[in-house]
Amino acid sequence: MTATTRAFPVVLALFALAAVDACRPAPPPAPAVDTAAIRRAREDSIREVNQRNEAAAAEARRRAVQDSIDRARAAEEAMRRDSEMLRSVVAMAINFDLDKSDLRDDARANLDSKIPILLANANVTIRVAGHADERGSSEYNLALGQRRAAAAKRYLVERGVAESRIETTSFGEERPLCTESNESCWSQNRRDEFEITAGGPMLMRPR
Amino acid sequence: MRSRILRLSRLSRISRISRLLAALLAVVVVVPASAQDSTRGVRIGLRYDPATKPGIALLPIPGFAGDSVQTILERDFDFSNRLAVVTLMTAEGLLLAGDRPSAGAAGGAARLNYPLFAKLGAAAVLQITPIKDGLHVALHEVGRAQVASVEEFRLPTPELGKEWRYAVHGVADAVVEWITGQRGMAQSRIAFIRGNVVRIIDSDGHGEEALPMLGAALSPSWHPSGSIIAYNTFGPESRIVLHDLRTGRTRDLGAQRNTTNVTPVFTPDGKSLAYSLSTENGADLYVMTLDGEAFPRRVTVGRGSMNVQPSFSPDGNRVAFMSDRSGHPEVYIMDADGTNADLFTAFDFGDQNYRASPDWSPDGRQVTFQTRIDWRFQIFTMSLRDRQPRQLTSEGENEDPSWAPDGRHIVFSSTRSGTRQLWILDTESGRLRQLTQAGGSRVPAWSPRLIAKER
Repeated sequence: MTATTRAFPVVLALFALAAVDACRPAPPPAPAVDTAAIRRAREDSIREVNQRNEAAAAEARRRAVQDSIDRARAAEEAMRRDSEMLRSVVAMAINFDLDKSDLRDDARANLDSKIPILLANANVTIRVAGHADERGSSEYNLALGQRRAAAAKRYLVERGVAESRIETTSFGEERPLCTESNESCWSQNRRDEFEITAGGPMLMRPR
Repeated sequence: MRSRILRLSRLSRISRISRLLAALLAVVVVVPASAQDSTRGVRIGLRYDPATKPGIALLPIPGFAGDSVQTILERDFDFSNRLAVVTLMTAEGLLLAGDRPSAGAAGGAARLNYPLFAKLGAAAVLQITPIKDGLHVALHEVGRAQVASVEEFRLPTPELGKEWRYAVHGVADAVVEWITGQRGMAQSRIAFIRGNVVRIIDSDGHGEEALPMLGAALSPSWHPSGSIIAYNTFGPESRIVLHDLRTGRTRDLGAQRNTTNVTPVFTPDGKSLAYSLSTENGADLYVMTLDGEAFPRRVTVGRGSMNVQPSFSPDGNRVAFMSDRSGHPEVYIMDADGTNADLFTAFDFGDQNYRASPDWSPDGRQVTFQTRIDWRFQIFTMSLRDRQPRQLTSEGENEDPSWAPDGRHIVFSSTRSGTRQLWILDTESGRLRQLTQAGGSRVPAWSPRLIAKER
């Protein structure tokens, strides 16, 4: 082999190198992995998962709170309904016979149903207002109303309700419930009305 | 100032008038004046007989307010039920007699054509002339063909105002007194309730006004001076309220827990107030002095019964009131100190035993009250002497009678027209008139005679 022949591959290689060099306009493209983007994506994904988890937890908490509120509300509503029922028992009017102020049996039964409620709710005060029908003298009827209120009060006080918790007043025939001139109307108008004046937003059931 | 120029105290025959006219005047009973007339004076020679009404004619009244004066006076005379108003349809010229009156004749009284008035049925002729501060009023007695009374009345300004109207009513009352010897009641007002508000209306139905209220009210009553109204409120904090009509100021008493103040009335001396305090142990009558110096004094011991609606005798010595001490409401009379209580309505009215709302007459002789008959109240009077009840109403339901200051008329509430209204009844003739026009008017209290304020 001659020196030229031995040198030929080298030249060729050089040419090749030169050619390669000549053919390369820019460095080869960078690898397709962008680590910052990956990091961001990962963080976003983690955040998303965390947010989902937190939202779920918050929703669970909210639901728990709401359930608790609902339960409390339901309980309160039940108590309120109870209280309303108790108030309506306390407020139930009693009726009287014509020109009379003594308590009839139905009036006593009515008052008997009020007594345990009044005893269970010691901060409740009431006002008893006596009324009359239109047939008597209107001036005398003011006194009659006062006596009708006093009759109910006396009954309650004798059965343990503190005297100071019951106020009495009279409206005579001046505030009729019913304005027709017949016995059905008059009998409704001869009444004691009971109004809770203090301590009554939530009445407790007697135990 | 009033000046009396002429006053008759002696009477004469019907001589100047023909016998024909005498027949027309037969209603006029002519009697000699008695000595007792010399102080207070029946000014004209007619003995008043409730069964007849002397005719009175008013000459046309000149001046801006003349027609109003005439209208008010004629209505007052009519409402007095003591006089019959003769309406003059005749030409003015015929009213005067042939001989012309001399200018400035006594009191300006012109010579009237008396025979003509006699023919028209007028026993008296009223001749009114406006003067500087009011009215000059001359009353002619037709039977004697001369002026019987002359007086000047002051009228407050403004003309046609409230006080002016009172003063004109005062003229009417004076004229009624000249003719009948008994003063009229036109110059008075009636307090009553509508919608639980105290209202006041003139006796002729004019000028209704509402008082400002301290609560839902019932039972107004008058101080003897006519210047204070007492009433009670009811419901919680029931009070007695004194309303001064001159100043508009109020004073309130009471408001004790568990009580209702009922039916306040003044004592006739005007110094105290009687009322019923309704408690949980019945309702008793109390009297308290208005100066507030002493504690209220209890005058009934009802032992749980109800004692309400006090009404004093005019001398203040006795009290009529309503009590259910016997088991049902009746009217009782007791001494003012609470002793000697006696059942007044001890009379068999039937089985519905309910008597209420007594009111003692101004002459002291009788008490009016209401009785339940066939489940409706009717008005009665009963004299203290013979205690014979007299039923005055039967139509509708009639309640809460109150005497006029003339002791002859009664105001009460009645449902006879379909709604509850105030009506005035002449207890002697039975004549009725409706006072109010709005339904729901009730619990009336007639004032004493009111004196118009002088300017």
